[in-house]
Amino acid sequence: MSRGVRPPRGVIGAQVSHDEEMFGRVFDGRVMRRFFSFVWPYQRLLAFALIAVLVFVATQLAIPLVILYAIDHVIQPGAAATVALSSVIMFLAGVVLVNYLANYCQEALVGRIAENVVVDLRRAMFAHLQRVSLSFMDKTEVGRVMSRLQSDTGTLQEFLETSVFAIGDVVLLFGIVITLLVLDAELGLLTLSIVPILLVVRYFWLPHARAAFRRARETNSMANGALAEAIHSVRTVKAMVRGKDNHELYSDLADLNLTTHLRAAKLAQVNVPIVDGLTGGAMAIIVIVGGRMVFSGALEVGVMVAFLFYVQRFFDPIRSLTIQYSMMQRATVSGQRILEVLDVPETVIDVPDALDLVNCTGAISFDQVSFHYTPEISVLEAVSFSVSPGEKIAIVGPTGSGKSTTAALLRRFYDPLSGRVCIDGHDLRTLSQDSIGRHVSMVLQEPFLFSGTIFENIRYASVTKNTADVERAAQAVGAHDFIARLPGGYLFVLDQGGGNLSLGQRQLLSFARALVADTRILVLDEATANVDSYSERKIQRALNILLEGRTAIVIAHRLATIRDCDRILVLNHGRLVEEGSHQELMDIDGLYARLCRLNYASFDDVPSSATR
Amino acid sequence: MVATLLSSGFQLFIPRYLGKAVDNAQGFLQGAVAGVAEIEAALWLSAWMILGLSILRGLFAMVQNYFGESLNDCIAADLRKAFYHRVQQLDASFHDNAHTGDLITRGMLDLEGIRHFPSTGLVRTVMLLVLVVGGSILLISTDAVLGLISLSFVPVIAVRSAIARIQLRYLWLKQQERLTVLTNAMEENLTGIRIVRAFAAQAHELLRFDKHSSAVRQVAFERLMARVRSMTFMGFSFFVALTLALWVGGNKVLAGEITVGTLTEFLAFMMILQMPVRQIGMTVNSYARASTCGARFFEILDYPNPIESGKTLPDLKITKGEVRFEGVHFGYGEGETRVNVLSDITFNVQAGKTLGIVGPPGSGKSTIARLIPRLYEVTGGRILIDDQDVREVSLHSLRGSVGGVQQDSFVFTASVDSNIAYGNPWSDDAGVIQAGRDAQLHDFISQLPGNYQTLVGERGVSLSGGQRQRVSIARGNLINAPICILDDATAAIDADTERRIHDAVIARHDHRTSIVISHRLVSVMHADEILFLEEGKIIERGTHEELLDLRGRYAELHSLQMGASSSVEAALAQVSPG
Repeated sequence: MSRGVRPPRGVIGAQVSHDEEMFGRVFDGRVMRRFFSFVWPYQRLLAFALIAVLVFVATQLAIPLVILYAIDHVIQPGAAATVALSSVIMFLAGVVLVNYLANYCQEALVGRIAENVVVDLRRAMFAHLQRVSLSFMDKTEVGRVMSRLQSDTGTLQEFLETSVFAIGDVVLLFGIVITLLVLDAELGLLTLSIVPILLVVRYFWLPHARAAFRRARETNSMANGALAEAIHSVRTVKAMVRGKDNHELYSDLADLNLTTHLRAAKLAQVNVPIVDGLTGGAMAIIVIVGGRMVFSGALEVGVMVAFLFYVQRFFDPIRSLTIQYSMMQRATVSGQRILEVLDVPETVIDVPDALDLVNCTGAISFDQVSFHYTPEISVLEAVSFSVSPGEKIAIVGPTGSGKSTTAALLRRFYDPLSGRVCIDGHDLRTLSQDSIGRHVSMVLQEPFLFSGTIFENIRYASVTKNTADVERAAQAVGAHDFIARLPGGYLFVLDQGGGNLSLGQRQLLSFARALVADTRILVLDEATANVDSYSERKIQRALNILLEGRTAIVIAHRLATIRDCDRILVLNHGRLVEEGSHQELMDIDGLYARLCRLNYASFDDVPSSATR
Repeated sequence: MVATLLSSGFQLFIPRYLGKAVDNAQGFLQGAVAGVAEIEAALWLSAWMILGLSILRGLFAMVQNYFGESLNDCIAADLRKAFYHRVQQLDASFHDNAHTGDLITRGMLDLEGIRHFPSTGLVRTVMLLVLVVGGSILLISTDAVLGLISLSFVPVIAVRSAIARIQLRYLWLKQQERLTVLTNAMEENLTGIRIVRAFAAQAHELLRFDKHSSAVRQVAFERLMARVRSMTFMGFSFFVALTLALWVGGNKVLAGEITVGTLTEFLAFMMILQMPVRQIGMTVNSYARASTCGARFFEILDYPNPIESGKTLPDLKITKGEVRFEGVHFGYGEGETRVNVLSDITFNVQAGKTLGIVGPPGSGKSTIARLIPRLYEVTGGRILIDDQDVREVSLHSLRGSVGGVQQDSFVFTASVDSNIAYGNPWSDDAGVIQAGRDAQLHDFISQLPGNYQTLVGERGVSLSGGQRQRVSIARGNLINAPICILDDATAAIDADTERRIHDAVIARHDHRTSIVISHRLVSVMHADEILFLEEGKIIERGTHEELLDLRGRYAELHSLQMGASSSVEAALAQVSPG
């Protein structure tokens, strides 16, 4: 452990308090109810599992009893009881067999239910995330959602697996208590007199232990967070030569983690001699009191031995119930975090009798459309325009003028707050989202690709298309040549995010993907912003092929891209300020003409002062 | 380690004493014919013995468990540090091919899988061995036949657990692999959610999810059943042995060969063994898990690192700051799959001068930026800084002298202040603020609720692309390295701001050697030399004017970017009055 001086501004890991894992209420009725709705489909399996657990516990209790019955009543020296012994053995063998089967069933069923529930939960979350408002997805970092999809569901799985056994433990506990009292009430009560002592000890021990466990978990997540950060930021770390500093800072975190874990271990283990001592105490009581009773003839030897057996097993369920308690706390927290995801509202929902638009000519109209993400900042104000089938429209305007929002509304990522967006005269809100998707596709600024082959990426959701379609599309956008040069060609496997291709190549693939989707309406949302001007011609050619015969909305800043369009809409501060062809707009001599005259390759290069 | 062995050693005596205690009590109960006082004394003696032994056992168990846990935690802490260090050390080509999700899984979940092994696995195995060996001696010496029957379940369990271990190890590995696939699929879906929505691919994505998810579930079930089969069978074999012992023992008692007390002793000992036997299943499971997780974990730790800086390499000595490429070749990947990126690149940037590099995407511009700090190893030729080959100086000194500002810069979830000072965490307030000012970031930061202490990044205030790039530039300013590489560092910054940043940086650091890579000619045209790269080769080189006169690819690009009829000067002249 090197304890040098650390740099004053050197930090690693998210500098956010880790009180996220708050241990509030152990039992949250709402969480439990919602969670139970995921278990409910498996009610029959669950019922069988519970029966198996009960049978298992019963046989577990019965085995010592049978043995002691044998010792007390059958196996007496000299008595010719071979037949009786055989039948007792047969009975015991039966109990053992039932015990085995019940054990097998309970483990298999419980594990199966838990696994199924987790898969269902994860799927429900994942499916829900496919539908929730995009602004939620924009605001939420992927890692956080992932941890809910993974570790929180995992915690619930663990909880579920153990909770059924916890029921078994409770039954076992009561079973032992009842058996003891039935065998001999007086001795039973005396033996159980140690329970209050245990409760008192626990009362003082638990708060300390819980705090220590929580601290250990916190430092765990701090260290894990720092590791995740290091993995994500590795290039920056290398470039900035922070390796050594980070290693020291991380060592501090790991050491802190070690210290808290050791403290937690200490507190956990302090418990062991106490429980063992109390067990010993109970046994001592049995030996003394029971011994006297045996001597006075009030008790059979077998019963006393039974007591000794049961007392030893008495603490097992108590111990596992303690574990179960903290398990439950964690499960509640995880459950709340999962519900948070499931409760994110869906803002765009199909109406019950949503129309499935089959044939689409590609006519678009915006009618007095207004929209904002937060009430303070209006994004679009009463924007109206229409696009005839096959027309190519460019939308230009300074950053923040509402261009991308227009595109998002056309694809119905959001619904307008007032006014209507129509395709072929149908308000988008009356159409099914799936059918909008079949007629409108988008190419975005960031050409996101999935890991998998190039073929899979170009074809993407259009699973009905074949290899020839994919190759044709790639050829059309001019991607075929570089694909053919890659090892494996179309079967070349892309890394995460297409990292083994250049940005321009990725953009060409995303064009091909849009081409294969073959929709009537195509939206290019700043699709060429990231591509160097070198590929301008290639991209321009690809674009022309892509746009051919479709209604197109092109959001762009490159003059070259814009000039080819039939009509240009100029947005400024959420309002449509100018509309017309390049020449018409130049003649009006307004904002567009001013932007053009500045002679920048891209409107993004225009200083904001020029737009006022 | 010593403590663990010692406490395991103590453990040896406990079942023996416990067995003896039961034996004593039993013996006493059977032969209860002596006087009342004697009985009373014997009772008390047994009681005290049991109590004392129980407490002793508890104490020893505590010590043993505590040291076991400590051992776990110490090993885990060491492994943690080693993993972290390794991840940082591994070169860029490793990270290109590694999925971040997979690395994180290995560093967290696999570590958890290993960490519990020393105590739950090793210690428990030792304990069980001690109990079984001790018990065997005790039982077999009492009655050989009955002893052998009582212990008959031990070999069964040994064989069964060996089989289970192999099965479970294999299944764990399979499950972990499939889980990684699922994780990556989910992560990608969430990252690319806009594309998913744009293509109405939700159904397609759910199908993909279901495919991966049911693959995970299937192997999870297999694993579950393998575990259940072996665990329940072990429990069963124990009870069968118990039944057999009762049967044979009972007949022996009936035949008068042994006493009821002896039989009880046998059964009692078997009862004591019951818990550890039940735990064998868990131990086997945890062993399978630990060895699978361990294999995955150590794969990273043992991954060969071609660019590891040897300890003997001398530090880079910067005398002027001259960068020279001599016939450099480079390709990503190995052997068959190698994609050639750069061929025969030769250039020389003199101290204090600026080199501009332009070229189409995929032409190898960024690769040049990555080769200088030796993030990748050249496959041919050499790179010299002040006549020292980058491969012959220590990585630390090399990267400390080369300040790079990348296109995609990582913003840490920390204060703006810590973010700017990332490369130089020792710098003072004034330095950070100056770097912020030079990067044209100060005004923005001043508006933030906590100024320079405001939390930014994923959980804090989110920054736009341009702001992120400016944070990155500020970082570079603060390092003040003699060689500075700007790799498309201003792509998301408007031209006006870029010029102000440029002026401020030049004013403060005019002595440093710069390499500017950009797709905007505005950013490179003032450079002392400009290289035009295409398909990994330099096809044109010279100053802005020389290249325009050449009327080649550069001039063509220039006319495309600047508009056919007007010159750059004219464009700038129109903006400046603004």
